[in-house]
Amino acid sequence: MSAVLERAEASASQIATESIETVASLNTITKRYTNGVLALDNLSLTLRRGEIVALLGPNGAGKSTAIKLLMGLSSPTAGTVRIFGADPRHTAARLRTGVMLQVGKAPEMLRVREHIDLFRGYYPSPMPYPDIVKAAGLETIEERMFGQLSGGEKQRVLFALALAGDPDLIFLDEPTVGFDIEARRGMWAQIRSLAARGKTVLLTTHYLEEADALAHRIIVINKGRVVCAGTPAEVKSLGSTAPGTSTSGSLKIIRCTTVLPSPTLLAIPGVTSAKLTANLATLISTKPESTLRELLTLDQTLHSLEVQSPALEDAFLALTSDHE
Amino acid sequence: MFTAILPRTAVPRNSTLTRNLRIFFREARYEFIRLFRTRSFSLSVIGFPVIFYVFFALIMNRGQHIGTVSVAKYMLAGYAVFGMVGAALFGIGVGLSSELAAGWLELKRASPMPPVAYLLAKCCSAITFGIIIVSILTVLGITLGHVSITLPEYARMIGLTIVGVLPFACMGMALALFVPFSSAPGIANMIYLPMSFCGGLWIPIMFLPHFLQKLATLLPTYHLAQLMLSSFGYASASTMANHWFGLIGFTSIMLGIGAIALRRLEQNS
Repeated sequence: MSAVLERAEASASQIATESIETVASLNTITKRYTNGVLALDNLSLTLRRGEIVALLGPNGAGKSTAIKLLMGLSSPTAGTVRIFGADPRHTAARLRTGVMLQVGKAPEMLRVREHIDLFRGYYPSPMPYPDIVKAAGLETIEERMFGQLSGGEKQRVLFALALAGDPDLIFLDEPTVGFDIEARRGMWAQIRSLAARGKTVLLTTHYLEEADALAHRIIVINKGRVVCAGTPAEVKSLGSTAPGTSTSGSLKIIRCTTVLPSPTLLAIPGVTSAKLTANLATLISTKPESTLRELLTLDQTLHSLEVQSPALEDAFLALTSDHE
Repeated sequence: MFTAILPRTAVPRNSTLTRNLRIFFREARYEFIRLFRTRSFSLSVIGFPVIFYVFFALIMNRGQHIGTVSVAKYMLAGYAVFGMVGAALFGIGVGLSSELAAGWLELKRASPMPPVAYLLAKCCSAITFGIIIVSILTVLGITLGHVSITLPEYARMIGLTIVGVLPFACMGMALALFVPFSSAPGIANMIYLPMSFCGGLWIPIMFLPHFLQKLATLLPTYHLAQLMLSSFGYASASTMANHWFGLIGFTSIMLGIGAIALRRLEQNS
């Protein structure tokens, strides 16, 4: 009797710790190509259920290599890759994944409907056809040949193919390239609804605004290593401060026209860096409210005040150029 | 915060097989439809053997014979092989090369599509074009060339078309894996036309210079054409077994080249 109770307790605590299930992982991956190039260097990352993760990095950083490993298109030199606990190189493991890649040319003489029909057939329980059409916004172009579509329409069809199997893990490579604002916002809404339904999305993008808007977590990689990982706010903070300073809480950039000299500005509580050009001051502060109170007290003639969150682009550039 | 983890229901094994079969049929159907709709492919793959046959077998050389077989019937075999090899080399070879270069193959590989279904579908598509070409040529031969073909002879031609796709499919795959897409169509033509001519598909082999007749024994087109002619009761210079060995040998070489090229590609990825 007590043995049964012990087992029930053990499994309850196990469920509690696994409550946010790891869906995919790269574990200490090293990938060296035969020409000697080291694409990934002891890199690890995990993807959890229901989250949107943006993988950022300059060209050649290793993003495509990491994604190819997760899709089972490539084998690591060292380390393990797992999706849903299985090796993605096995076809069965990919029954729960959907992929959207940048494709130069897809078969042009098949209709949109036929492309979707083909991909739906790969999966045991695919998404119903009308749902796919609605999610990808293909209502008016179902019967058109793929070759006749515009760039944005082709992207939407590729998105539909990624959704075809009602997957639990979706890889999106530059999903909104060539989209207008309306289409981009529509795609973002779709991606958010995927995550809301418990799916996991890994996306790569060069539109940092997209990563900022969508991602629960951002992973920045450069030269095959993870440079920085965290929520968009954390990544922006990390990128904006000088190396060596600790960051916690919100970070803000304060701009104003002031008569105060540099040493005074630096002495204000919360200020981690101060730049003064003519009378234009740019301060970075970890305690923006305290800084503002002190600043406004010290200089009654202060004007043109701006308080901004650090831009992800600046953080990204700082993070990926420091390691030259 | 606390999300219950529902176990995925296990999928029974026999339904995986049914699903794979269904995937294969769908893949094959769409591959054929797509190629058929691509007029630049379908019109030339079907058109060239038909035009050559009409010209060289029905308009010219009327009423002439080669041995016991009329020219129109003799050339039926040659142009049937010519058509099928073209469908295999360009449909499978150049097609695979194009899909590889465009990244489309990568998308298919990232999906749960079984690779065998994809390859078999391409072969079946080439076979279908081969059968269409053979049938059109046969109808033309019967109606315009006074060719008499029995049903077993026709069935043997179809059977050889189906089996004969294999060596050329392997050649197409080796081509696609070995040669970059920019040069693939050009190289395919450079192989296709000489191989057809020197195999005796256009001008019967015994009318070619002696050294070319010897060279022909290396060519799969020669062997397949001779096998087809034997189904009309036309005696070849060599034995049937030799022709089959020739085809099997060629297929093995192509598979070897393809395997080496594939390994090289995978190592670099």
